[in-house]
Amino acid sequence: MSHSHEQEIEDEFAGVGDTIASATRVTPGHALRPEDIALQDAPPAEDNAEYALWLGDDSLILAQRLSWWISRAPEMEEDVALGNIALDLLGHARSFLTYASKQWGKTEDELAYWREEEEFRNLRLTEQPNGGFGETIARQLYFAVYQELLYTRLVQSTDSTIAAISAKALKEVAYHVDHATQWCLRLGMGTDESARRLQHALNLMWPYVGELFQDEPLNERIAAAGIGPLPSSLREEWDQRVSAVIEESELQVPQAKAAMAHSRAGDHSEHLGYLLAEMQVLARKHPGASW
Amino acid sequence: MSTPATGNNTGQTNATGAVTEDKHSWPLWEVFVRSSRGLSHVHAGSLHAPDAEMAVRNARDLYTRRNEGVSLWVVRSDDIIASDPQDKSSYFESPKGKDYRHATYYTASEGVKHL
Repeated sequence: MSHSHEQEIEDEFAGVGDTIASATRVTPGHALRPEDIALQDAPPAEDNAEYALWLGDDSLILAQRLSWWISRAPEMEEDVALGNIALDLLGHARSFLTYASKQWGKTEDELAYWREEEEFRNLRLTEQPNGGFGETIARQLYFAVYQELLYTRLVQSTDSTIAAISAKALKEVAYHVDHATQWCLRLGMGTDESARRLQHALNLMWPYVGELFQDEPLNERIAAAGIGPLPSSLREEWDQRVSAVIEESELQVPQAKAAMAHSRAGDHSEHLGYLLAEMQVLARKHPGASW
Repeated sequence: MSTPATGNNTGQTNATGAVTEDKHSWPLWEVFVRSSRGLSHVHAGSLHAPDAEMAVRNARDLYTRRNEGVSLWVVRSDDIIASDPQDKSSYFESPKGKDYRHATYYTASEGVKHL
């Protein structure tokens, strides 16, 4: 990202965060928050909103998956590490969904809690079960590298809100990549058993990688308008980076074929329904409840 | 959490009272956080991690969540040599009553205006 573009984004959002800051909500600097996006006037155009919905759903569903690990990770410190990553992703989701929701006169909560399974647009990889720790790390490696490449491009989006959300998220995602990489190296070069299990996990998640780079009709329009990259344009660099980590971990890059997937059209695996049931039950049982 | 003086609390005490390493849990690390440029690193607490690189990352997750720092140090708790609490009197009571070790003990000379 050029410096001037970064400056433009900062200028646009400068001060917005401070207008509603309170003593209990520490807002150092001008970090962009969903509340700021909700306060902005202009709703996104239909395509921009749908694209923001896709981005938000990916992060929301993965955040829900990862938060399961809290109290269940191998050590307390890893509980916190995965919990932090889940919260980062939830933050991205809130920003993107808040932005998208304005097109339809809704709120982020209405999108998160009151849509049905077939209305969700998240990629199939993000809804895959946590499995053991190895499966979670494999999913993290694949998705975090994808998200880092994507956000790096989105920082230059012609949509200034999407660019601003991505600029903030990018720094967090760089850490997610590092976290997954460190664990791949340790499990891959750990014991025979840890290497065997991580290899199995990498193989298990591989079929869902293809969909990350599938160009849908909306992607073509988004790319033409300079809002975001074609997913297929990220594949080569993703392959290089993920292969480098897997090879350095002394494991094999999986060769399995891509699974058929149309998640962006609302066609999901059997796992999503259960995830949504848990995520949405409270909001649906007590509509409008707050705490 | 433990202070450096108590050593490695991941270990177990055997029959002779010596602390033995517990092979099934990660070793303990002490974390030092520097809150801003120009200040020193200050002991923030401790954590478990399998190795040094992961210890720094866990420290980032545990001790800098609320903008606390700009730099982190970690060191194996085992590697810290601490003074013995039993030596407290011989170590730390000698300076008492030795006011002349403080600058305030002395009166400034008339000729020195800007001291």
